Amino acid sequence: MINGTTIALIPLLPLASFLLLGLFGRKYLSSMAGWIGTLSLLFSAIISLATAGTYFFVSGKVNGVYQPVTVLQHTWLAFAPGVSIDMGLLLDPVSMMMIVIVSFVSLMVHIYSLGYMKGEERFATYYAFLSLFTFSMLGLVLSCNLFQIYMFWELVGVSSFLLIGYYFDRPSAVAAAKKAFIVTRFADLGFLVGILILAFGAHTLDFKTLVERLTTPSPELRSMISSSFLGLSALTWGLLLVFMGGAGKSAMFPLHVWLPDAMEGPTPVSALIHAATMVVAGVYLVARLFPVFAISCPGALHVVAYVGVFSSLFAAIIACTQTDIKRVLAYSTMSQIGYMMFALGVSGYGGEHGLGFTASMFHLFTHAMFKALLFLGAGSVIHYVHSNEMKDMGGLRKYMPVTHLTFLVACLAIAGVPPFSGFFSKEEILTAAYQHNFTIYVIALFTAGLTSFYMFRLYFSVFWSKEFEPHHESSDVHHGEAPWTMKLPLLILGLLAMGAGFVPFGNFVSSDGNTLHSEFHLALAIPPVLIGLFGIALAYIMYNRQNDLPEKTASLFARLYKGAYHKFYIDEIYLFVTKKIVFNLIGGPSAWVDKNIIDGAVNLSADLTDDTSILIRGWQSGKMQQYALWFFAGVIGMVAVFVCLWH
Amino acid sequence: MSEVPLTHILFLSTALFFTGAYGFLTRRNMITMLMAAELMLNSVNINFIAFNKYLFGSKLDGVFFTLFLIAIAAAEAAVAIAIIINIYRQYQSIDIDDADSLKY
Repeated sequence: MINGTTIALIPLLPLASFLLLGLFGRKYLSSMAGWIGTLSLLFSAIISLATAGTYFFVSGKVNGVYQPVTVLQHTWLAFAPGVSIDMGLLLDPVSMMMIVIVSFVSLMVHIYSLGYMKGEERFATYYAFLSLFTFSMLGLVLSCNLFQIYMFWELVGVSSFLLIGYYFDRPSAVAAAKKAFIVTRFADLGFLVGILILAFGAHTLDFKTLVERLTTPSPELRSMISSSFLGLSALTWGLLLVFMGGAGKSAMFPLHVWLPDAMEGPTPVSALIHAATMVVAGVYLVARLFPVFAISCPGALHVVAYVGVFSSLFAAIIACTQTDIKRVLAYSTMSQIGYMMFALGVSGYGGEHGLGFTASMFHLFTHAMFKALLFLGAGSVIHYVHSNEMKDMGGLRKYMPVTHLTFLVACLAIAGVPPFSGFFSKEEILTAAYQHNFTIYVIALFTAGLTSFYMFRLYFSVFWSKEFEPHHESSDVHHGEAPWTMKLPLLILGLLAMGAGFVPFGNFVSSDGNTLHSEFHLALAIPPVLIGLFGIALAYIMYNRQNDLPEKTASLFARLYKGAYHKFYIDEIYLFVTKKIVFNLIGGPSAWVDKNIIDGAVNLSADLTDDTSILIRGWQSGKMQQYALWFFAGVIGMVAVFVCLWH
Repeated sequence: MSEVPLTHILFLSTALFFTGAYGFLTRRNMITMLMAAELMLNSVNINFIAFNKYLFGSKLDGVFFTLFLIAIAAAEAAVAIAIIINIYRQYQSIDIDDADSLKY
């Protein structure tokens, strides 16, 4: 067993790198900053792999079941005997899988950024932020209690804010960073209330104890179910509010509005934070509390399922119409996270019923690989073309062979074509959906078709379509495809996106820790593959060569197309609600009360004091003897009064 | 030789007190004002001694009070002169009317 201190190094190494680069980076270390960050991540990734390996193969199983283990539990804030906030590291299959994904993808992004961000003025700051994010994310997945996870949850929010706003001289980036922060903060408000409800009900913050108390018939569970508010029990409220926090981070409808805008950040950041790791934090959170959802409160789980499947379809439709390469990928991320969410939603607890849980985690795993690859590939294209717009691209396959091939692998993986990794995880999700909820299955199947259509629309428009004509001075052929630091992560991730599907995932991660033997249902595997291939074929017909088919199709579904192109006006609705309703109906009157009543009272007292002092300041003549005279007069007056009264 | 009656002594102390008060109110020189204040204090001292001697001949309370007052007057003179020296450094004058920075 690897000891706790070593495991603690996994998040602490990036923290050390953040402190070093943040404090001294710009002045002293600007040339080495990238290597410092990358090296610390390399060690962190190695320790993560070793820890996960030891856990999965040596020490994790007790009687054939993976047990959660808490190491390094340390009482941090003790309020009263029995009431304290602890810090600790929780090892279980899900957290082990997550540290491997996070540290590995982060390592890839660190290496990639060495080439991509070269020559940036704030290079060291960039790496400092990247390290801060990695620290927070690793801390988040290793958290052993709700409060600790909340702290790291906010830390990833902050580092995401900092990285989206990295190009702070662009107003759009600043607006996007603010939007991301405000929307996720709003969701976190729900999360915090949810934490308080759950912790109050279960009398603990610790995950292991909380799950144990809320899944067995204990007095805590009974009291949480019996107390109700607005027709829902306290437990349902707690879980739904926690899910609200998760939905905000994971960009589920209707809290998804920040994710497409977050693409204003540097592309490697989008790959790391807004594709592979941070946005799956919501899925991770639901998975963390999954036994409570599944055993004690199936109603809340239904909400998860429907929100997930709706977001998935909704985002896929929008992705078909977007023209910015990163925005297509952003909506595709939202759609895939929707997949993970509804997979959790349709899952039951334990044994065969837990297929959805395993499938969701499996998809999280494969998605991290191929979506990071897609973003890094897109970054490479943007690096070459100096534009985000798909119309500026096309015919790039000859100029960027490595990017082209790896991008193709990632597209095939996300489209679910066998034997690429996405096929396996998607097939498991669809099987789970088919077994539990036929409506969700049909929507998911349709979404799978849309997914392969929009991914290959992207692929064909970028790499085929027309001959590439560099229109920008610096996008001349002279600087080549990309430096090796950018190609290497692409190749590694490409290999993983191809092969990750062959991991027997059910052996490692399942809802109850037992091994899950998922059977391969040929009949259920055929429809998604067929619909995926159909989507690819459609994209091939429409986008392989430049033609007027896309316009014709768009005019055929004119209304739908226009709506989807404008992202179904969700941003406008939010603006309407906030500006017109909240600002005018609540903000306006509050401002009036503040200005006229609160400020008025304060000003009144100040004015009164002022007036009175003007009135009496003449008394302060500054003439000492005048004061003395008044003093004597006063004494004599008092004596006179005294004498009069006593006689 | 007949004894001096109490009233004579009270006349003396009252005269001394009002001399002091007059001086305090009319002089502009701070040292003179301090001296005037000392006069008022001493008139109080005379009162204490006189009342002690004529009304409570067997006790010593008035004498002790007087001793305390002399000690306090000495301390007060030290503080007052320190203040006056500082005022002099600030305004190059010990005229009370020149020290008027703190009026509105």
